[in-house]
Amino acid sequence: MAELHPLPEPGIARDWLATMLLIRRFEERAGEMYAKAKVGGFLHLAIGEEATIVGTARALRDSDYLVSTYRSHGHTLARGSEPGRVMAELFGREDGLCRGRGGSMHMFDLERRFMGGYGIVGGNLPLAAGMALRADYLGDDDVTVCTFGDGASNQGTFGETMNLAALWKLPVVFQVTNNQFGMGTALARHSAVTDLRLKGESFGVPGLSCDGMDVADTHAVMGEAICIAREERRPMLVEALTYRFRGHSMADPEEYRTKEQVEEWRARDPVETFGARLVEEGVVRAEEREALDSEALAAVDAAVAFADASPFPAPESLYDDVYVLGDLVRGWYSVDERSAGVHRGEDERRMARDAPEA
Amino acid sequence: MRYREALNAALREEMERDERVMLMGEDIGVFNGAFKVTAGLLDAFGERRVRDTPISENTIVGMGVGAAMTGLRPVVELMTINFSLLAFDQIVNHAAHIRYMFGGQVEVPLVVRMPQGAGHQLGPTHSHCLEALFLHVPGLLVAVPSTPADAKGLLKAAIRDDNPVIFIEHEYLYGQRGEVPESGDDVAEFGHAAIRRAGDDVTVVGISRMAITAEQAAETLWEEHEIAAEVIDPRTLRPLDLDTILASVRRTNRCVIVEEGWPHGGVGANLAALVQEQAFDDLDAPIARVTGADLPMPYSKPLEQIAFPHEPQVVDAVLATCRGA
Repeated sequence: MAELHPLPEPGIARDWLATMLLIRRFEERAGEMYAKAKVGGFLHLAIGEEATIVGTARALRDSDYLVSTYRSHGHTLARGSEPGRVMAELFGREDGLCRGRGGSMHMFDLERRFMGGYGIVGGNLPLAAGMALRADYLGDDDVTVCTFGDGASNQGTFGETMNLAALWKLPVVFQVTNNQFGMGTALARHSAVTDLRLKGESFGVPGLSCDGMDVADTHAVMGEAICIAREERRPMLVEALTYRFRGHSMADPEEYRTKEQVEEWRARDPVETFGARLVEEGVVRAEEREALDSEALAAVDAAVAFADASPFPAPESLYDDVYVLGDLVRGWYSVDERSAGVHRGEDERRMARDAPEA
Repeated sequence: MRYREALNAALREEMERDERVMLMGEDIGVFNGAFKVTAGLLDAFGERRVRDTPISENTIVGMGVGAAMTGLRPVVELMTINFSLLAFDQIVNHAAHIRYMFGGQVEVPLVVRMPQGAGHQLGPTHSHCLEALFLHVPGLLVAVPSTPADAKGLLKAAIRDDNPVIFIEHEYLYGQRGEVPESGDDVAEFGHAAIRRAGDDVTVVGISRMAITAEQAAETLWEEHEIAAEVIDPRTLRPLDLDTILASVRRTNRCVIVEEGWPHGGVGANLAALVQEQAFDDLDAPIARVTGADLPMPYSKPLEQIAFPHEPQVVDAVLATCRGA
């Protein structure tokens, strides 16, 4: 086994462990809630990928942007979103991060610069490059990190975005979270080049790789890449090698891999190994480690209670936020209105416009 | 002022007005644009604000979305509307949906400009009219200006608005001249149809270039048949000024819709449904549609010319509508 990356100072190490535990316990509970039909649609869990998520999120400054995929609960939690609001989104409730409009695949928390989970494989890469373009255009030094899976590296947007990011020298770090399967298709069966670091090089995007099962190594390598992007104003690609312990989604019989392989990787459980290491190296006591886990469980209990207590969105809010109302769209124009008269919202706007200046 | 010059003036004025406005597109800079709409803008504003891109439609639109989400006001040019199909993922799944699916947390003030239309023998991959595809998508605004004044006024409004706007120009119209107000603040409102010609006998709605064709047909109808057609150009399809169209139909009791796009699922199909739902009792004849032919656009000139509507077809459709009652 390769030499482990040195640990950060104890407070930071504890935060990493606590955040990984929170994600693990949150995801486990989300799976249970799915089984109870509290959560609908697709549910993609990140169990096994916690070190990749936390190592990446902690390498960012608060003002940096993080863009994720449809497997996005962990990313938004790591950025600091309230677990209750994440769970409420899964439950489709009004207090969800996106008011129940997005669901599991489309988390978003603007305040924490978590710039979204996206349901289209590879569709998020151009968005991230666009956010990096903004930083370049306005001359600030915020970096955008875009995560995507090994499967997304075969999309056209991958090559297009690598080329443009390198051509325009954009401060963006692409992180390919190589969990070794594009849904049910193993890496070697979907990509001719399996050393994913190399896939950006012909476009002018240098690659690094990290052990995505080790939060310290992920943090160090992502930190290096982010530093290059920020200071040298150019894109980087980082491959994080990891493994998802659960199926692609909850609707996955996992016929494409063996139980032995899953067990082999489970032996490298990133939350377990990091917790054990912290105890072993005397950073936390065994009881403290237990306490952190209890805190994570309590936070998840509270999240479920919060989500359960939150109302479903009101039917009359159905059309909210389809458009920004303003000079061009004065009210909701839809064939649903079935009326040539005043559309919803227009009266209010007219009144506001006609009101005398205060 | 020509239509293309009006668009150029709109871009120039809005870039001068707002530092956040920037342009991206294939050959819009050094080459001055495939249709010269962006001529001179690179010289005026530099490479930071006028960006030649690689041929990567889906990614440049997606980058426009990402930049718009975080504070810029990008205007992306696609060389023809057929190429927008490569960017349909970013336009529909992201530009149109992001505000809604993220619970209203962000705005996407993006404009995607592109020309459409037949008449230049560009064959089946460069000649179509696809406004109906964009009209279909909630979250987008869709403009189809037919005059230089509207081209300028609507583009300025599109750039200033906080919604994603699909701005559909027409290749035939680029060289057409028209009066354009000089003021820098001549912003046109979306959702306001223009009555191009008043009349009491029949309402003719023309979309994009077909608003011009409809006006020509109306002249012939009056000169040769003493039929007074009211010609309406909706100017924008989302929002749609249905009220103006309905008010006209309630007076004329007849309606003909003219579009260059395909008939099935077209703008006219949609509009005919809306009109008959809301003005059925006012109609004295079935609503007629004059559309492009239901096929890929052929290259050969005689075939191309019969594959999209001209004045005589509009005249015939109006006569049939008026006499059929």
